[in-house]
Amino acid sequence: MNADKLVGIVLVSHSAEVATSVAELARALAGGATVVPLAPAGGTEGGGFGTSAELISAAAATVDRGAGVAVLTDLGSAVLTVKALLAEGDELPDGTRLVDAPFVEGAVAAVVTASTGADLDAVAAAAAEAYAYRKV
Amino acid sequence: MLDADFFHRWMTATAASVEREAERLTALDSAIGDADHGINLQRGFRAVKAALEKEAPDTPGAVLVLSGRQLISTVGGASGPLYGTLLRRTGKALGTAAKVSEAELAEALRAGVDAVMALGGAAPGDKTMVDALVPAVDTLGDGFAAARAAAEEGAVATIPLQARKGRASYLGERSIGHQDPGAASSALLVACLEEAAAAAEG
Repeated sequence: MNADKLVGIVLVSHSAEVATSVAELARALAGGATVVPLAPAGGTEGGGFGTSAELISAAAATVDRGAGVAVLTDLGSAVLTVKALLAEGDELPDGTRLVDAPFVEGAVAAVVTASTGADLDAVAAAAAEAYAYRKV
Repeated sequence: MLDADFFHRWMTATAASVEREAERLTALDSAIGDADHGINLQRGFRAVKAALEKEAPDTPGAVLVLSGRQLISTVGGASGPLYGTLLRRTGKALGTAAKVSEAELAEALRAGVDAVMALGGAAPGDKTMVDALVPAVDTLGDGFAAARAAAEEGAVATIPLQARKGRASYLGERSIGHQDPGAASSALLVACLEEAAAAAEG
């Protein structure tokens, strides 16, 4: 796997602070995986709570290295907006995928896995596996 | 037959209706949602109106595709991708014809509503916009006035339902007794079909 072609990761939350903080947390827990292209897309363009299609498209374009982009979301409109953008066809880079995963745990798993040069299938699978981790 | 002007009027009338009713929609949303439905749709349909004034697409399908795109990109809440998908998919189903019949519109709108149900995973009875849209599409063959009445009835009929989708679903039984704001705004959208048709005759 070419290190220049790492899977990109976009974290979509209703809150800019949540998206940014989870990105920082995931990087820190991944041993400071600074090579992984990772971008938060939180809140609306005006800085409020909500989902911005423009911020999501821009973030995906930023992290695209040609190996696909894994998008993780928090709730409701974040999920629906990413699905609608994927349905548009030309709004997100080729190989962009909405990953079904818990937001925080999935982000950590995705960043760690992407830092190894793994492909999109492996990144998505690692993020989804975070659902299986029971806390109690 | 319905031309691009008709669809332009439909969108403009909806934008005006959303402006008039924004406070009511937000009040409905404050009961069981996050109190932003009116303001979100207002922002979206203002963008639709501005985009149509700027570009003035010359087919019915293109008017709806452009409008849907604006809603997806500007609304900021779940109603953006849902209404955006409704209009885009309806517009795509209409194709590139310069004029469409009411029957063709009914068929295309059915495809749009199906796409909304697929996107949101909602079915009739879940207390969502689908509860106004499905009866409207079912009745559209009898004319715009019938569709309007069916959508309004469908919206009111969401009051006793328990929400099974979206934020309101977290409230469980406490969602009972409140009208769904998405069904209410969908009834406005359908009502504006009649308004757009009346403007052509007048």
